[in-house]
Order: sequence, then structure tokens, then C-alpha cells
Amino acid sequence: MILARADQATRRYGDVLALDRVDLDVRAGELVGLLGPNGAGKSTLLNLLVGLRRPTAGRVELFGGDPRDPAHRLQVGVTPQETGLPATLRVGEVVDFVAAHYPDPVPRGELLDRFGLTDQARRQTGGLSGGQRRRLAVALAFVGRPRLVLLDEPTTGLDVEARHTLWEAIRGFHADGGTVLLSSHYLEEVEALAHRVVVIGQGRVLADDTTAAIRSVVGVRRVSLVAGDLPDLPGVVRVEQVDDRTHLLTTDADRLVRELVASGVSFRDLEVRPTSLEEAFLAITAPGGQGTVTVPGQQATAA
Amino acid sequence: MRLALVHARYQLLQTLRIPVAVFGSAFFPAVAMLFFVVPFAGDDPTGATYATAAMVTFAVMSANIFQYGVGVAEDRDQPWNPYTRTLPAGAAPAFAGRVLAGLALTFLSLLPVVVIAALFTDARISPGAFVLAVVVVGLISVPFTLMGLAIGYALPSKAAIVVAQIVFFPLAFGGGLLSAPDAAPAFVRAIAPYLPTRGAVELMWAAVGDWRPAPVSVVMLGVWVVALAALAGWAYRRDEGRRFR
Repeated sequence: MILARADQATRRYGDVLALDRVDLDVRAGELVGLLGPNGAGKSTLLNLLVGLRRPTAGRVELFGGDPRDPAHRLQVGVTPQETGLPATLRVGEVVDFVAAHYPDPVPRGELLDRFGLTDQARRQTGGLSGGQRRRLAVALAFVGRPRLVLLDEPTTGLDVEARHTLWEAIRGFHADGGTVLLSSHYLEEVEALAHRVVVIGQGRVLADDTTAAIRSVVGVRRVSLVAGDLPDLPGVVRVEQVDDRTHLLTTDADRLVRELVASGVSFRDLEVRPTSLEEAFLAITAPGGQGTVTVPGQQATAA
Repeated sequence: MRLALVHARYQLLQTLRIPVAVFGSAFFPAVAMLFFVVPFAGDDPTGATYATAAMVTFAVMSANIFQYGVGVAEDRDQPWNPYTRTLPAGAAPAFAGRVLAGLALTFLSLLPVVVIAALFTDARISPGAFVLAVVVVGLISVPFTLMGLAIGYALPSKAAIVVAQIVFFPLAFGGGLLSAPDAAPAFVRAIAPYLPTRGAVELMWAAVGDWRPAPVSVVMLGVWVVALAALAGWAYRRDEGRRFR
């Protein structure tokens, strides 16, 4: 069963094309990561799916209907931005307020316990730490016993421990049969949680597959060496210069090394390593697409 | 309806947690009562009653312009507001809740005026007239609520505060709220009938005494309601269009 769907969804803001004919199906029981840099269109897609925005063209559906109809949002949980929690309301009151919108909400004590906020129930949200506020914001997505939760950057800005607490809660929800669509620009997060990754860049779906498959599809390797001026080499999608080492991200390390040797350039300390998903992701979201462009060595952008 | 009450409750909680906001709209009319009405008209039952009614109108106006103008503009800045739109309810309960909370705060902010009038002046009112006055307060809240909504939806919060402050004093003074019914300066008498405050205060006077409202003032009040409703509706749709379309 498909819980959320975008069908050729396009969204413009004035002249800016934020989403460009995006297709996405989220089926019951999936945990899908929506991955992309800032401005890629992740939040716009989530806003369309929860009915905050209307697609300029194409369709979006939530539980088989228009997300702008409140009835179709009964089984969806959404996270507010933690900076927007009403500062003067107490934690318990915020939970009760959201719970009032649902027929069978999770009891307040149980929810706060699950997110480690029991001791803060009487505190005003303005007095919470950033991590506590973030946990409360995520907890609110689960108040109405949703079947699907949409989490927009759920752990941005959290320390490691708080992040893991939240991950546990998300995993627990998924283990009980819940469906999750979460956006992130943390690859670590998507890899740790999601089974399926949808990579978005410049408003388009660039890839939609398992985390492992995404990595192998891109198949970017990092070849690093110490050398002087390098000739044009095949399949280089990115060049970084860190101190005296040159890092070449390439889709075909074997050929690159062969040509490097054949060119007769002197080099030393050659290393070939698999890339992190982050590097793979940068490679496929870079303008110019799937790494067919040969970037000259001077255009180094070290991270 | 249940949800509207829930929204009203939390709206009130938020406002009352920062009581300065409530003091703000109650303070000026109460002080005007103490400084101008009690010493000058306190011994004259009719004058004191009319002056109290004028101060009540003043309180209604400032409470509504400020809480809607500033409140709505501030809410629009908060990401919490779009979040509530993802909850399974339309925009109606939140709006109804805001209006209910607004009415409650309006009555709260004019309490000091009424208490001062009862304790320190000879203002008199029959129980029937009192009930009628309460109804009229609800009625004259309409134009000022609409004015506040128009300001709140049309402007960013910092501009809304300034505009609310700029608007409310000339309206009070020009409408003759700060002078006795027949003792206003000539230029006030000239412009008053065309301001919404005048129609509002004349209705209040009619509720608490034998005042016969001038037809011009009442008709103009109706015109203001229509115009402000159109303006508020325009500002609301424009804001929706920017943020939710």
C-alpha cells in the first residue's frame, strides 16, 4: 500500500524551480531517507506531502487523497522546527495541544517517557536546551499514533548522544510497523536509519535505491597521491588539494591509474580508497551529473 | 467547536504567561480614567457614565488593535504556525480560537475601567443597561478586530507594532473618546463622525444612557466594518498565498 506519493510533482516559487517533475512512492512499512544538500528541494517536497503547499503541476497524494484535506492527515505525524515551539507553553501543554487534534493520542506520560522528557513536562519550552527542544519537536510527530511520519532534518544540530536517542525512537516506531520518510543532509543518519535512499538535487530525483546500491551505482573511488601538475585524467568528478596531497574522485579508478602511469608524470604515495556516501552524493549532485566531466586540477575545492 | 475552544485556551495561556501584553491594553484607559475622568467628571453621574463608556470603547479599541495586529504578525513569523496547519484540522478552529481568546482578553482589559468607575465615580448603570453594554462591547469589537487582523496579516511584526501604535491614538482622540460628548474641540467634532471610534462610542453611550446616536456616525461605522473586512480578507488571502500556496 502506498501511503505517500508524488507524481510528476513540480513546484515553482516565482522564477525558481524548486521541484522538477518528482516521482516518489512511499509504501507502508518503509523507512526512506531523503537526501540532498540545502536547497535541493527536500523541504518543498515534504511541504507538498503534508498539504502546506500545492504543487504547481503534477499531483501529490497522502493515504490516497489530497493532503490539503485534513481527513487525509489523520494518520500522519510531522515535526515542527524546534525554534518554533511556543516559548511560554509547558512541554506537557504543547503535547496536550497537539493531542487534542487526534482521536486516540498516545498518553502524555508515555510519549514523554519514550523521548526522555518526563522530567521536563512542567518546563516551558523556551527554557529547554536545544536537544530537549528537538526531542520534543520529534515527539510531537508521534502523538497521534501515525502510520506515517515525515521528519524534516530530525537531528540537525544535535550532539551524538541526543541523536542516538532519537534514532532509537525512530527505529522503534519502524520496528512496530510504522512508515518513515526523513530528510537529512547527514549521510551518516540516512545510512544508519534508512533502507532506501532517494537522492534529490536541484529539484530532481537523482537516484532512488538502497544505500548499498546508491554507493555502487555511483562507484566513486578516491585516488590520492603526491604529485606536481597532473595531465587530464579520465572520469575525474572532483579534485581536492589538501596540503601537498591531491585527491581525485573518479568513477573509474583502474583506468585513471593506467593513464596516470602511462602519462609518465612522477608521483608518490598513491592510494586508492572507496569513498564515503557523502562523496558519492556530492559527485552525483554536482552540476553536470554523473561524473562524466573531467575537472581540471586547478578547480580544487577542498572541503 | 471543541477544537476552537482548545485553540482559544492555549492562545490565552500564551498571552497570560506574558501579562505585560494584557497590562498594555488595560493600562492606558485605566490611567486616563484616573487622571481625567475621576477628578473632572467623577461627581456628575451622567458625565461619569458617558466618560466611562468612552474609556471602555478606548480599551476595546486598543485591546483589539494590539492583540490582533501584533499577535497575528508575530505568529506569522513563527514556524509553529505552519506546523499547526499540518495537524488534521483546517484553518477554521485556529481562527475561531483566536477570536474567542480575543474577546476574552478584551473583556479582561476593560475590567479596570469598570472597577474604577464603580469605586471612584458616580457613574451609574442599570442591570439591563449593563447587559446591553456587554453586548455592545462585543459588537464594537468587530471593526477593531478587523483592523487588527488587517494590520497583522499585511505587515511584518515590527512594522505592525508601530502601525498599531500610530493608529490607535488619533482614532481615540479624533473620535472624541477623550472628551465629553458635547465638549470636544471643533476639529474633533468635524472629523469624529467619519471615524469608527465615534460610531462605536455613540453606540456605547446609547447603551448606558439616553444618548441618540448620530446617523452619520453609525452609518460610517458600518462602512468601516465593510471596508476593514475587505482589507483584512485581502491581507489574509495574500498572506495565505505567499505561505501556503
